[in-house]
Amino acid sequence: MADASTFPLKSIFEEAGNQVIFMGRFFRNLFRWNFEWEEFIRQCYMIGYRSLPLVAITGFIIGFVITLQSEPTMKAFGAESFIPKMVAISLIREICPVVIALICAGKISSGIGAELGSMQVSEQIDAMEVSGSNPVQYLVVTRILACIIMVPLLTLIADAVGFAGSYAGLNLSQRVSPILFFNKAFNSVEFGDLLPAFFKTIFFGFAIGFIGCYKGYNSNRGTESVGIAANSAVVNASLWIIVIDGIAVQLTNALGY
Amino acid sequence: MEQAVQDIDTEQQQQRADEGHEDVIQVRHVAKSFGDNQVLKDMSMVLHKGENLVILGKSGTGKSVTIKCMVGLLEYDAGELKVFGKEVKSLSEEEMKELRSHVGFLFQSAALYDSMTVRENLEFPLKRVLLIRDQADLDRRVTEVLESVGLPDAIDKMPSELSGGMRKRIGLARTIIMEPEIMLYDEPTTGLDPITSKEISELIRSMQKQYKVSSIIITHDIACAKITSDRMLIMDKGTFVAEGTFDELSKSDNEFIQSFFKL
Ligand SMILES: Nc1ncnc2c1ncn2[C@@H]1O[C@H](COP(=O)(O)OP(=O)(O)OP(=O)(O)O)[C@@H](O)[C@H]1O
Ligand SMILES: [Mg+2]
Repeated sequence: MADASTFPLKSIFEEAGNQVIFMGRFFRNLFRWNFEWEEFIRQCYMIGYRSLPLVAITGFIIGFVITLQSEPTMKAFGAESFIPKMVAISLIREICPVVIALICAGKISSGIGAELGSMQVSEQIDAMEVSGSNPVQYLVVTRILACIIMVPLLTLIADAVGFAGSYAGLNLSQRVSPILFFNKAFNSVEFGDLLPAFFKTIFFGFAIGFIGCYKGYNSNRGTESVGIAANSAVVNASLWIIVIDGIAVQLTNALGY
Repeated sequence: MEQAVQDIDTEQQQQRADEGHEDVIQVRHVAKSFGDNQVLKDMSMVLHKGENLVILGKSGTGKSVTIKCMVGLLEYDAGELKVFGKEVKSLSEEEMKELRSHVGFLFQSAALYDSMTVRENLEFPLKRVLLIRDQADLDRRVTEVLESVGLPDAIDKMPSELSGGMRKRIGLARTIIMEPEIMLYDEPTTGLDPITSKEISELIRSMQKQYKVSSIIITHDIACAKITSDRMLIMDKGTFVAEGTFDELSKSDNEFIQSFFKL
């Protein structure tokens, strides 16, 4: 199978074609009547709740570090009072969505890739198919939807914890009332900051779930292919995230947000 | 050696089918390759309704590939392969699903779903294919089938807690719980002790008697073949090279055939 690290042109097109076909299968199975609610909720738990500690710690540290790093410069310009605003906007618009998505690519996409990869290797997916049940509906649709929902939520949580981290960072050098800080931070955030960022994370979530499922579902026979599936899921999902981010910036600028 | 082994006469098989035997699976001149590796070559066979057909053959000759083609897990390159009279390759997604709900497939590796308990493994196809929602009905079927494979206590275990032989028996339970009309067993007794092996062989026999199931049994286990087989085929290098009952083949003076029956 083609991998991002090998670059013959034919296999790139083949890979792209296969991904489009797989996406078609996902959408076709998305609108079947017997939706797998139980598995979907289990996946939301596994993907969302289990990633919470990692996401929260990351969010806190990002807010904390950005505040500490920018404080001297802002002070030199006498603009310390802008710190909450600057941190809020940079966290919400760019840093949290991208960093959390990349972390989720590492944790979730590789997890899905390895899980489905080992199911493929041990013929469990074949067994589902041959019993007449629908593995795409059971395994793929639930996981991708769970990612689409949980990645934006995780990002929002990281935003909030990031504010707390920023407040803690600011408090190291000066006393700031929490009410004043959060007032300043929230007042500076507009709907126009939140909305495009939120939309972006939905696409990040899709990329994370989709690539994980694609790589795992289509992995080769043999145990080593489980590792390959997990690894190339992370590489490809990260790549997708960066590309989507680039497109999203162009789009939001063009739309005037 | 190959020339010495007599070819199977498909014409003759066809004739027999016309004389009243109903064939649930018909394979004619099927070929299958993976890249440069040609696995099946011009392979023909039939499975009569209600019979147990045992397939013997060396490792890597394409036995598993043959039965995977029959359920559409692998696509054959050439030839005809009909199950219940329908060409497998030309089935639509819905027709394939319908076909598969009548065919049971026991994987060589058992292929239990690791993330589910034994009970969930068994309920999985019941809920999704037979669309049974009534918990009492599900429980009844699950306990019944677990008893018939001799593992009633394993119901709440995870597959990782089971031994290899137990996994195989749960895999068998998950297949027969669907009450299929055709069963494809890929090495049902490999890795089992002789006693369990015999029990499984007898279970296969009783499936045939009770439910009139037609089965293909792939095995290396001569004791299993002796108990289960009505007819046997011997496969070599992607095609069938001999056919007969257990007694006929075991008395054959061909060296290659004999080698399967030596203890
Ligand atoms: N999915 C696959 N992709 C590529 N090659 C395959 C695949 N499945 C089987 N093969 C090849 O087909 C050949 C026959 O395999 P098969 O599994 O049918 O053997 P077998 O007769 O069942 O042997 P055993 O008794 O060891 O199970 C082997 O050479 C194998 O490498
Ligand atoms: Mg095999």
